[in-house]
Amino acid sequence: MIKLEKRPQPSDLWSMATPIVAVLATMVFGGLLFAFLGKNPAEAIRTIFWDPLFGEFAFYYRPQLLVKGAPLVLIAIGLSLGFRAGIWNIGAEGQYIMGAIVGAAVGLAFYPAESVLIFPLMILGGAFGGWLWAMIPAILKVRFGTNEILVSLMLVYVAEQFLAAASLSFLKNPEGFGFPGSRNLQQYPSAHNAEVIAGTGMHWGVVFAFIAVIFAYVLLNRHMLGFQIRLTGEAPRAARFAGVKPARLILFCLGASGALAGLAGLFEVSGPAGQITIDFNVGYGFTAIIVAFLGRLHPVGILLAGGLMALTYIGGDIAQSNLGLPAAAIQVFQGMLLFFLLALDLLTNYRIRLAKRETA
Amino acid sequence: MTPLLSIRGLTKAYPGVVANDTVSFDIGTGEVHALLGENGAGKSTLVKMIYGLVKPDSGEMLLRGAPYAPAEPRAARADGIAMVFQHFSLFDALNVAENIALGMEDPPPMRDLTRRIREVSETYGLPLDPSRTVGDLSAGERQRVEIIRCLLQDPKLLIMDEPTSVLTPQEVEILFQTLRKLSSEGTAILYISHKLEEIRALCDNATILRLGKNVGSCIPRDTTARDMAEMMVGTALQTPERSGRALGEVALDIKGLSAASPSAFGTSLKDVSLSVRKGEIVGIGGVAGNGQDELLAALSGEILSAPGAVSLHGRPVGGLGPSQRRKLGLLTGPEERLGHAAAPDMSLTENAMLTGALREGLVSNGFLKWGAARDFAQRIIQAFDVRTPGPENAARSLSGGNLQKFVIGREVLQRPEVLVVNQPTWGVDAAAAAAIRQALLDLAAGGTALVVISQDLDELMEIADNFAALNEGRLTAPRPTAGLTIDEIGLMMGGAHGMEVAHV
Repeated sequence: MIKLEKRPQPSDLWSMATPIVAVLATMVFGGLLFAFLGKNPAEAIRTIFWDPLFGEFAFYYRPQLLVKGAPLVLIAIGLSLGFRAGIWNIGAEGQYIMGAIVGAAVGLAFYPAESVLIFPLMILGGAFGGWLWAMIPAILKVRFGTNEILVSLMLVYVAEQFLAAASLSFLKNPEGFGFPGSRNLQQYPSAHNAEVIAGTGMHWGVVFAFIAVIFAYVLLNRHMLGFQIRLTGEAPRAARFAGVKPARLILFCLGASGALAGLAGLFEVSGPAGQITIDFNVGYGFTAIIVAFLGRLHPVGILLAGGLMALTYIGGDIAQSNLGLPAAAIQVFQGMLLFFLLALDLLTNYRIRLAKRETA
Repeated sequence: MTPLLSIRGLTKAYPGVVANDTVSFDIGTGEVHALLGENGAGKSTLVKMIYGLVKPDSGEMLLRGAPYAPAEPRAARADGIAMVFQHFSLFDALNVAENIALGMEDPPPMRDLTRRIREVSETYGLPLDPSRTVGDLSAGERQRVEIIRCLLQDPKLLIMDEPTSVLTPQEVEILFQTLRKLSSEGTAILYISHKLEEIRALCDNATILRLGKNVGSCIPRDTTARDMAEMMVGTALQTPERSGRALGEVALDIKGLSAASPSAFGTSLKDVSLSVRKGEIVGIGGVAGNGQDELLAALSGEILSAPGAVSLHGRPVGGLGPSQRRKLGLLTGPEERLGHAAAPDMSLTENAMLTGALREGLVSNGFLKWGAARDFAQRIIQAFDVRTPGPENAARSLSGGNLQKFVIGREVLQRPEVLVVNQPTWGVDAAAAAAIRQALLDLAAGGTALVVISQDLDELMEIADNFAALNEGRLTAPRPTAGLTIDEIGLMMGGAHGMEVAHV
């Protein structure tokens, strides 16, 4: 009989080891899945994990890793602050969209003027858009006790309608021959989020993602506000006893995650995407939730998890086109990764004992 | 004559601790047998084995001479063994009869059940109206629900785990009459407690456990409480010293404090007034759930009130939150150690930061000084003899007594002007309890005003200068503890709750 026994202390060893064991387990079971689909498992795993980094065409894929990873990390860092405190912002996708719309609108308002001030203003606009969208669930929760999970999630769909309206009406390119979508910001130098170092994929969003990681690390480990966030998540009653004001924390956590999601949207629309279109959002805001948990809500963990997630996306794409693996198989593979991570997470707080069958 | 239940060499080990080590004793028919021991002595494990909740590793039990090994509580109940737990398992929103029906294998129709509840409650002097909602009952009445639930099974052995911790002295007397009547009818009672005077008043025999071992037995009537206590603890006991103290001016002044409870079945505070002078210890007694948690929260700043309702050195603080009150010198220690006074999964260093940040200067410009926090935690550990490998250990890894010493020590070392503690020695072994009481007395001797809320009346009599009682959210006027009789205390605590129901 297998028994779970609570550890007196969380195990440091296991909290470091579970992500690695989870990735290995995913490779084993994912390999089995690919084998059942009639593919060579070793080749499939190599295609997903190895080719994007060190394969023949790695020079093309490596920048893609940064481009895909940056928004995931940026959003996940913001979400992790709230998740640590038990404040569940599920609507980062909507805040991402609103950040992109507001940021792009700021830039397009100046078109065709050129100035070095335009891009910084757009960054502020992007953060503001996301922050504003996140303030809706925050204020409703503080004021009326509504559930932030439902409100933030439903606002995603409202934001998608906004996005469609923006690309069809108020942000539509007047010179676009009637096609939906805004002007392409890549062709507007003052508003273009160009690569900081050409050919690396390293755009300003990547820079901001790294800054966010450092900022979150310092906040959580060295600052009173971060301590209060952790305390609220671990023991809400003790937090109130310590003098934490829950309303302030809700406003801060939702606001910060909204602003970071908005930033991610702005960097995406002014860089890799280039324009506001109806199908601008591709689910970064939802995937970031997985990234946040995969990184165990720890800033450095999130950085690694964002990289890993980007890797499985790009590797998955390659495996689809080169090996003919179905898209669903790739998604199952990514789901396995999350499943194993959460399941093995148990070992941090519990140990497994094989007890003798009791005779009585 | 064969004993009703004979326990022979029961042993049960958990990882790292032997909860019961070859424990043996007998309980005769109609005998009231006390099981005595400190927290962690293995009393709970032993009764759980008798009640079929835990299986022994070795040893055997004989019921009326026949081997007895219940696989689950249902089997124990079928053999005539019933148990009243310390923590009730009742649904607040259901009425008494519904709660009792829920616990039965095969409940009779509600009308018959109601009639039987009335019969049993009248026979045994346990007044209880089957149609009342449990959420409205006092703790003593809830306990009656549990007892009646057991009596309906017509048990041969009734196990009672710390039954008097929630009762007023008058209610204790009613309970004892019931238990004596049961015993005279042939029902054996296994009575678990660490309250020695009660055991002397009620029990025929006592078995004493220490660290899982049976360290002796005695006839309580012929043994002094002090001797029993020393058998329990294993060493001579030290009584805290209380030196004569000069009382200074009023430090804490509560005037007409009313506050709604944050929880649905909590007790709201109604017009509470009290003033505490420097160097004074005011003890606040009362049955659990009569507003103790709410009073602590209203003083800590977790519940806000009208500014003038709470004053510190004449300055209104009723509208201030916990941090601001702490800054002014009003510190508190809640009852619940894990989750309220301390965050279970956080280290002792982080828990030292939890309330010490401001007064110990552990933050500057919002940035935390972990080195200073570790030193502070280390100081608490040393000054209060907290047994732990070091301040980096999680709060939940400490035993109850050690964690309690840590959370009380954390407040004491911050040199409070006023300290309010709720149940400072609850669930703590005798040695740790004595150390905590001594620390509180020392603090008062240094000029701190203290409010000690406790359900342990002996503790309050030992350390408090004045005594007041909470009863349904109201506080009685304080009276000097010297010369206060147990009857007077009982009346202050509200006498016997719910007696009027008997005449309905």
